[in-house]
Amino acid sequence: MNEEKIQHYGDALYEAWRARRTIPPLVEQAPDITLDDAYRIQQRYVARRVQAGETIVGKKIGATSKPVQDFLGVFQPDFGQLTSGMVYQEGDTLPLDTLIQPKAEAELAFVLKADLQGPGVTAMDVIRATDYVVPCFEIVDSRITDWKIRIQDTVADNASCGVYVLGKTKGDPRKLDITLAGMVLEKNGELYSTGVGAAVQGSPANAVAWLANTLGELGIPFKAGEVILSGSQSALVPVADGDELVCTVGGLGSCRVKFAGRSAV
Amino acid sequence: MSQNLSLSREDIVRLCERVEGAQTRACAIPKLTDEYPAMTIADGYAVQSELRRRYLAQGHRLVGWKAGLTSKAKMKQMGVDVPSIGFLTDRMARPENAAISTGDLVHPRVECEVAFVMKRELRGPGCTAADVLAATDYVLPAVEIIDSRFAGFKFDLPSVIADNGSSARFVGGGRARYVEELDLRTLGVVLEKNGEIVAMGASAAVLGHPAEAIAMLVNILADLGETLPAGSFVMSGGITEAIAVKPGDSVVARFQELGSVSMRFVA
Repeated sequence: MNEEKIQHYGDALYEAWRARRTIPPLVEQAPDITLDDAYRIQQRYVARRVQAGETIVGKKIGATSKPVQDFLGVFQPDFGQLTSGMVYQEGDTLPLDTLIQPKAEAELAFVLKADLQGPGVTAMDVIRATDYVVPCFEIVDSRITDWKIRIQDTVADNASCGVYVLGKTKGDPRKLDITLAGMVLEKNGELYSTGVGAAVQGSPANAVAWLANTLGELGIPFKAGEVILSGSQSALVPVADGDELVCTVGGLGSCRVKFAGRSAV
Repeated sequence: MSQNLSLSREDIVRLCERVEGAQTRACAIPKLTDEYPAMTIADGYAVQSELRRRYLAQGHRLVGWKAGLTSKAKMKQMGVDVPSIGFLTDRMARPENAAISTGDLVHPRVECEVAFVMKRELRGPGCTAADVLAATDYVLPAVEIIDSRFAGFKFDLPSVIADNGSSARFVGGGRARYVEELDLRTLGVVLEKNGEIVAMGASAAVLGHPAEAIAMLVNILADLGETLPAGSFVMSGGITEAIAVKPGDSVVARFQELGSVSMRFVA
């Protein structure tokens, strides 16, 4: 795909995000779009948000579970970039009117204390470079109509990033079994689903190592202080006005989030 | 019991003999409600109690109980809407790391559970999760090998209860722990077959908390005129969906804080 088309689709996604409306799948608009094209479109879309005043604060890893990879027809995860406008604190009420067609995922977030430079990064390096982990919610959202995504669509759309909320209980991955830590997700006081760290690439640290190596090949920095959302450990939860979600990571703690307002769809 | 007996004593003995034959010869039979459509949950427990009486008369030793169908996933998988219980005998126990024969089973499946060992007798009705935790000596990880004797694993609640909740074999192991040192609600579990992850979950999948399932079990025992004696080994119900196994399969269940339980299956 030539640079002009990359910019065109990147701009289209940026405008869709700003106006909170959707566009048809890119794989329909440009059937020969490759995964590399999609990451270049993502770069353009994110660059537009940075030009408009946001900063890059971290990364998210998506498509980390086997069911999602099977659905998208891929054998590896994908990633997107977290920007300053996506950040909410636990205790905030999330305004749904800033989103299009949101769904929540319960995850473990990593905060780095040292740069991770791939290729050649292992899960052991990830633990060594991790300042702390926290339970978190990622609210994924799609600028693609009806979530009708193939892998190229979600990658171009910044891995379907919406907003995210970090919990307040920090854990040391040397004291917590992040692979076997259970994940319990409740919606409005009732059990919604359960999971475990291993649902993410065998261990969340494996997903972070994959990202470090992938970014290393693309020449994208992975810096101390960045937040990394390591991938969903729960079922996707649709959210609406008044909903409250709590996720609890066994041996660590909880993240609680409330929603208000109406999303675009 | 919420429903009354519909079967005569003769029918109960007849169905018990049918279930016992299927269990001991490892052959599948049609679900009992095909012949007795009016069969109730109380009828199911009457058949199960007769089966227990017969096994104990043959010298089997009662070692504990199991709760079954305790997660939404299991209830959905099996098309039922209430949990159930079954009894466990010494003949069903297999040691950790054992080679378990499938030749004497119909269509075995494995599932991961938190097991409780009791230090005090518990008696229903009105038993609560707090009562259970106070009466628990320790918890440990377990794998239950269930094996419905009904063709195609297709059954309803009265039939599965009569078949002793599909109980077949069980393996306790891993690491024994005091309950007060754990958050029993959020323990993560990974089930691996031949080195590949095949099922995952966290312990809240069992009625919100495994001790809730044990309390429910004690209250069902009260309906049957039984108590849960000190020393009982009690399995609280599958955290994961049940996974089919065959000869040659190697299974490891890994539990947060509780270690792992492994076994392999042979012909």
